[in-house]
Amino acid sequence: MIKTIMRYRWVIISMIVMGIVNIADRGLGSRAVGTTMMTLKEMLFIIPPIFVLLGLLDTWVPKDTMVRYMGEDSGLMGILLALFIGSAAAGPLYGAFPVAAVFMRKGVKFSNILIFIGAWSTTKIPMFLFELSALGAPFAITRLLVNIPGIIIIAYIINSLVSKEQVDGLYLNAEKLSD
Amino acid sequence: MNWLLYLITILFLAYSYVKDKGKTKKSLSKAWKAFENILPEFLVVIIMVGLMMAVLDPELIVKVIGEDSGWLGVVLASIVGSVTLIPGFVAFPTADILLQGGAGYMQIGAFVSTLMMVGIVTIPVEVKYFGGKITAYRNALAFVFSFFVAYAISLVVNLV
Repeated sequence: MIKTIMRYRWVIISMIVMGIVNIADRGLGSRAVGTTMMTLKEMLFIIPPIFVLLGLLDTWVPKDTMVRYMGEDSGLMGILLALFIGSAAAGPLYGAFPVAAVFMRKGVKFSNILIFIGAWSTTKIPMFLFELSALGAPFAITRLLVNIPGIIIIAYIINSLVSKEQVDGLYLNAEKLSD
Repeated sequence: MNWLLYLITILFLAYSYVKDKGKTKKSLSKAWKAFENILPEFLVVIIMVGLMMAVLDPELIVKVIGEDSGWLGVVLASIVGSVTLIPGFVAFPTADILLQGGAGYMQIGAFVSTLMMVGIVTIPVEVKYFGGKITAYRNALAFVFSFFVAYAISLVVNLV
């Protein structure tokens, strides 16, 4: 019980802040509550299938398979798969991080995980179609064409900035997060 | 688009259940654990987003990122994009309204790019999986990169 309260302490604190805002400024408060409920609805709607899929991925796809296609020696194939899986995703970026943890446990190369995160953040196919219709082809296509090399470059820069020990630490942490 | 995600998930789940009930149960329990694990961070993020978005209204945004706002406007648009978290189906129409309301393409490019790539409010979630250092690198690099994106968009839009 105490442990649960400790885990949720920041949730409790932010709810108190929300309460204070509502008392201090009714208009601002109700807008804040409205947006929070909208985001909550989005989360409860999109997040469950993502987690079910990552649960299935975790139990059904053997580590060897993931290593072969996206591991250390996966080369161009690994990069393309990371780009594709990230782009095919749905949902906000924070949904990508638990998936990345499963990838770590399955031995996916770190640079490919970073490419996956980059693709999920900005080249999602459903979003691209939406962007195309809302902001026009020059805007959306330019962004996509600049983003694809950009994501890969950013992934390799980050990869070169971190030590092997740090990456190993993250992979170990991902094991712990699954228990 | 959401129904497609649900359809795919249900098909996989049904296939998994037919093949192996035990493994399916294990998958679902893993899914739940992974979700519960990150739930406190998720909840804090969405409450913070609610508070922040109540303060930053669209009119205020247009004022800071108008067409004549130049590079300063780009910087401000990037900051606004970085601290906000809006779902795409709201963000793109909003960006379109901002463009029609007098915001510049370069500024909107920076706004859209940072909105999607830089997540200040989701840092607690990202840190949990990637640690502080990598989270800082990723967000900083994505922030700088968004200036290139903005510049490229303004070049192309002016050409077309």
